Amino acid sequence: MDETIFALSSGAGRAGIAVIRISGSEALDVLARIAGSKPPEREARLRRLRDSNGETLDEALVLWFSESGGFTGETLVELHCHGGTAIVQAVLNFLAVQPGCRMAEPGEFTLRAFQNGRIDLANAEALGDLVNAETEAQRKYSIRMLQGDLHRRVDEWRKDLLRALALVEATIDWADEDVPEDAGPEVRAILDGLISSLERERVASQAAGKLRNGFEVAVIGAPNSGKSSFINHLSGRETAITSPVPGTTRDIVELRYDLCGIPVCFLDTAGLRETDDPVEKEGVRRAVQRAEAADLRLRFEAADAGFPEAFEYLATSADLRVATKSDIFETGENHNISTVTGGGFEDLLEDIREILSARVSSAGVLGHTRQQLAVEAGRDALALARNRLGTASDEVAAEHLRAAARELAKVIGTIGVEDVLENVFANFCLGK
Amino acid sequence: MEAAHAAARAGVGTILVTHRFDRIGVMSCNPAIGGLGKGHLVREIDAMDGVMGRAADHAGIQFRLLNRRKGPAVQGPRAQCDRARYRGFIQDRTVERALLEVVEGEVTDIVVKHGRAVGVIVGDDQEIRAGAVVLTSGTFLDGVIHIGNARRKGGRIGDAAASRLAARIRDLGLATGRLKTGTPPRLRKDSINFSILEIQPGDEDPTFFSFLSRRSAARQIPCHITHTNRRTHEIIRENLDRSAMYGGFIKGIGPRYCPSIEDKIVRFEDKSSHQIFLEPEGLDDPLIYPNGISTSLPEDVQKTYIRSIRGLESAEIAQPGYAIEYDYIDARSLSAGLELKNLPGLFLAGQINGTTGYEEAAAQGLVAGLNAARSGSNDPMILDRADGYIGVMIDDLITRGVAEPYRMFTSRAEFRLSLRADNADQRLTPLGRAVGLVGDARWKTFERKMELLATARDRLGAKTHTPRELSERGLSVNRDGVRRSILDILGYSDLSVEDLTRAFPELRDIEAFILRQLRNEAIYKNYLPRQEAQIARMRVEDSRPLPKGLDYKSISGLSAELQQKLSLAQPHTLGQASRIDGMTPAALARILVSAKTAGGEGAEKMRARGRS
Repeated sequence: MDETIFALSSGAGRAGIAVIRISGSEALDVLARIAGSKPPEREARLRRLRDSNGETLDEALVLWFSESGGFTGETLVELHCHGGTAIVQAVLNFLAVQPGCRMAEPGEFTLRAFQNGRIDLANAEALGDLVNAETEAQRKYSIRMLQGDLHRRVDEWRKDLLRALALVEATIDWADEDVPEDAGPEVRAILDGLISSLERERVASQAAGKLRNGFEVAVIGAPNSGKSSFINHLSGRETAITSPVPGTTRDIVELRYDLCGIPVCFLDTAGLRETDDPVEKEGVRRAVQRAEAADLRLRFEAADAGFPEAFEYLATSADLRVATKSDIFETGENHNISTVTGGGFEDLLEDIREILSARVSSAGVLGHTRQQLAVEAGRDALALARNRLGTASDEVAAEHLRAAARELAKVIGTIGVEDVLENVFANFCLGK
Repeated sequence: MEAAHAAARAGVGTILVTHRFDRIGVMSCNPAIGGLGKGHLVREIDAMDGVMGRAADHAGIQFRLLNRRKGPAVQGPRAQCDRARYRGFIQDRTVERALLEVVEGEVTDIVVKHGRAVGVIVGDDQEIRAGAVVLTSGTFLDGVIHIGNARRKGGRIGDAAASRLAARIRDLGLATGRLKTGTPPRLRKDSINFSILEIQPGDEDPTFFSFLSRRSAARQIPCHITHTNRRTHEIIRENLDRSAMYGGFIKGIGPRYCPSIEDKIVRFEDKSSHQIFLEPEGLDDPLIYPNGISTSLPEDVQKTYIRSIRGLESAEIAQPGYAIEYDYIDARSLSAGLELKNLPGLFLAGQINGTTGYEEAAAQGLVAGLNAARSGSNDPMILDRADGYIGVMIDDLITRGVAEPYRMFTSRAEFRLSLRADNADQRLTPLGRAVGLVGDARWKTFERKMELLATARDRLGAKTHTPRELSERGLSVNRDGVRRSILDILGYSDLSVEDLTRAFPELRDIEAFILRQLRNEAIYKNYLPRQEAQIARMRVEDSRPLPKGLDYKSISGLSAELQQKLSLAQPHTLGQASRIDGMTPAALARILVSAKTAGGEGAEKMRARGRS
């Protein structure tokens, strides 16, 4: 049967709620896998979404429609997630690896609706335009992103993959002729270069996505180390409730901030400590989860509230160490801030800006989630191909290379048999 | 030939019209059958009880399984054949085939009544009426032979061209073009000094084409290999302007994978040597076919360059090499059953459709012949890209047409790991039986093989062993605590069948070919689910029919290029349309909308074959 397709249906970016739609025969199975169970048809329920390791991805409203009820005329599932980019990305990544599932092509939901008679002909006339527009928007976006050396990079990927395919296919189809007996060494070298280039681009592109959607900077530390005061000082209003009672912040408080052109979302998290209070415990769990996923962490410490050792693993060497309450205590840390005097704020923000802008300076070409998923899948297929190179299983390596070409088609364009053959004939003198 | 036999096997009275009976089964190009992709085709023909595989096994004088060191999916059987034995076998089968009659003569016209082909005219006035006609004119359709600047009409050396029929075909208003192919000079065996040349032996344990063959019929002999050199290249370069190709005498397009020696030297300037296989034309045949140096240079130049080659210093040319140009018809005018869309009853197969090679021609012949026999039933047998290489080839031809002579390669098959030469019978024999192509003898053999496979599969899958137990038997597997059956470890690349038999002596009860078959299946086990998902997706698209005669030029929003390609191919399904070069999702959406508007639901019958 048709594959099950999914896509983010609401606008991209940091919307309040992100709606992810899944349509097709596997949709309900996927729902059960990600949400634990399915609610009654057409009834929205709050469910915790978990990945295959049981890690919580998000709390979301989920609902589903049967073939007769939904827009596409197939079983249709909707996940209404919290809008965070990282969350949506994590859910999409989970869906991408589910059996029988793939990300929808532009207009594909509408196309299915039409095929299943859910839209009448009058509406359908506009379908081509709609698909065209979506494709066109993507194309324009790609062209915009593909200026200069980025364009050259994509061309090189295509050339490399084509060359690898041609080498492997030549040793398979012209075994008797004047071709290298084992294309392994050359192909392996090409694939190594290609894989690392794709990976660099992918990482850089994540930064590019952040530039549009905002970096997350988590403020972490022991209870009462001055996290909420910091957030409040930045916002100039009471975003987070502060009080001298430890454990006031139990949920995550977000503050969006424009750091000289770089969109940043500061996360005020619950104070980190071992606790038996179930509510506070949950707050700490969430703090840890968000801190881990954040782009940068500010490790807060005050002389009267040292950083809890049990959570030391959260702060990496790339993170900033900040000593608070500098109006009261003196420390040897790089950053000393006081929310009472405002001292040290400017330096700290400048450092944050520098760190984050370094990450976007090499902003990548892969703007869309669709393209990023394609590059990830392509990279994985290439790695599999690399592992199977060798005379005895070249045809399996070729199979992975073909899969890589299919995955990467959204980025580098379609590579067909004729393209490969042309490359073979141009490079090898064949023909008995 | 394969078309006539297929029609007769399907139970329909068949007449084979050919210039001369004694030319049936003549190999006009090199004396070899099979190879990569081509060997797959022969197996598929054989799986449907065709003649070619058995003829090649009967005539084989040197068998080689190509890609022996690679996996089974890309291994292709190949054999040098004794021309006389090959021809003899085919002529004998033709004589003894029930319902098949041979008429000698030249077909000069197609009889058309009420827009349907209903027979042919042989010679000047002999009319033969039939339910359907299969045209397999090879390189004969307005064939022109070139040797240097000399030209003459001919379908192959020594045979007349079919010029009157060509003119008639042009009147049908089909899109046609010119293609070109070439042959090398034939050398006298006794004038070659083999003693100084490299020997290429055949396989000790030959791999046959036919699922029915068990041992080679003819004596086995080796081939020899020599090489061109700088001197050869100089001679050819100096005389390029005298070549038919480079002198501008030929307009037809030649294949890139089978270039003439002139082409090789011009296009790969920096190569100082090219390989030549000296293929014997037969056990007692006085001629050698030097494969790798086809040419259209004048005879005197051929002689000079041949004699510059090691071992050929005093070689005599028995027949000069030549290039041949011929008409072909754009195969996009055909249905998937190989019937002309605007002249029902007329089927085309072989080089007339732009292909090259015996195997490609025979495979199309089988499909065309069968469908001609079924033409009354309106239920053609259609093989798709997941059924076999035959399906890949036909879909390529009718969807994209050809720009050069089309040859089969394994790289053309997207489901290559499933479409193996070793399982051609499992893929196609039941289908062949269902349409009446497969006789009782083969069916019995096939059923027995299936039984043995099922029994062995059950047996080897029944009992599982821990890694420890396996290592005690001398087989090392991952120590992950997972219990494995013999079936599970059969496909491991680091374990040979011999290793397994040593570890499990009871495997000796299972016939070697059954064990080999199970191993071939096991090797790709992990890749098959994904291919099956892709196949399922393709078949969904292929089951969405597009109405006949859809006016693609009137669909707005399609590029002019796509409009033209679609008009030529008139795809019969949405799936076929999606395989046209340059197709986009937006264009497909527009086509779908137009198709529903124009035809309404179910305007055309869904694919006849019920598959899940």
